[in-house]
Amino acid sequence: MHGYANPARFLRLARLFTAPLLISGLALAGLALAWGLFGAPPEKLQGDSVRILFVHVPTAWLGMGAWSAIAVASLTELVWRHPLAGIAARAIALPGAVFAALCLITGSLWGRPAWGTWWVWDGRLTSMLVLLFLYLAYIALADAANRDGDGGSRIPAIFGLVGAVNIPIIHYSVLWWNSLHQPPSITMGKSEMAPEFLFGLLAATIGFSLIFGGVVLARMRTILADSQAEARLRRRAMEASDE
Amino acid sequence: MSTAIKPKHQRLVLVLVALTALIGAALLAAWALRNQASYFYLPTQMASDPPEQGRAVRLGGMVETGSITKQADGVTIAFVVGDGKARVPVRFRGITPDLFKEGSGVVAEGRIGSDGIFVADNLLAKHDEKYVPREMKDMSEAQARQAVKNTK
Repeated sequence: MHGYANPARFLRLARLFTAPLLISGLALAGLALAWGLFGAPPEKLQGDSVRILFVHVPTAWLGMGAWSAIAVASLTELVWRHPLAGIAARAIALPGAVFAALCLITGSLWGRPAWGTWWVWDGRLTSMLVLLFLYLAYIALADAANRDGDGGSRIPAIFGLVGAVNIPIIHYSVLWWNSLHQPPSITMGKSEMAPEFLFGLLAATIGFSLIFGGVVLARMRTILADSQAEARLRRRAMEASDE
Repeated sequence: MSTAIKPKHQRLVLVLVALTALIGAALLAAWALRNQASYFYLPTQMASDPPEQGRAVRLGGMVETGSITKQADGVTIAFVVGDGKARVPVRFRGITPDLFKEGSGVVAEGRIGSDGIFVADNLLAKHDEKYVPREMKDMSEAQARQAVKNTK
């Protein structure tokens, strides 16, 4: 794994994969959303508002998955001090926050017709809102730590690991506590969802995941380029003061 | 020096111990919250551990089939919320959400009256985890089950 500690090697691969990931992700997600809007039948009880499912559920999964990735990167940072781990975690945080926010917004839009309310403070909704706040806090903390210079990725990494306890809480909130939000429709090898909805949902999830991968790679390249530019400026300033 | 632990492994053990403690703490907190963090009372909990009269609470369960009756004024409805073990009669005056139907889930916000009837100020429909296309609604139960089985 430390073979990719060399940024040049990582950058070569990242440059190769960014565009294909983004293009295939946009195409697949676009197809899945078009199916969700025009192809899928209305649901028995929800009617047309079921179409929100194709955005809500993938963004919910990716919002949680992105923090899990931050946790893995944080562990790698703390234990193995891999130079790309902190950069990966910082690159993941922003798309993760966007997914969490999209999940909350679409859920709220769905809740109004389905439940009769925009928002309730039940276990699932509250823990998901906490995840969004954790993302915002992580972004602020990682930026501040980065500005402080080298070795500044240790504290965000600890925060990334600690924040991961919220992920199982989100997942189990509908099982541990009575909640207005329904329990999961899709569990290990079982689905309570008719195939018309299930396959569109899986396609949308894969599409969003590909976009997520492309965005993370692009952001990692940006962060690396920024730090290189900064190092060059610092070197030039030192040379100038030497003269 | 062969007995010395590599710093990498030392850090790994340290992080794993910290994580175990953290997960243990989170589980304990979730366990302690198991009653307080619930969004509503089930009818069974309402019967075994009733909230004080007049305190605002939520009641959640299934609207029993055939229990919805409309009062003479046209806007007040009465129905029974059950969970298979206990039943609570509910009265509500107002507009019900679209998904409020007999045989489906509901969360009623209100208070329990002295006559044992739950007076709701607000109704929230609860959607379950099943997603079924509308066309299947008109099939008989057996046909629908067959259709789902065929497409699995």
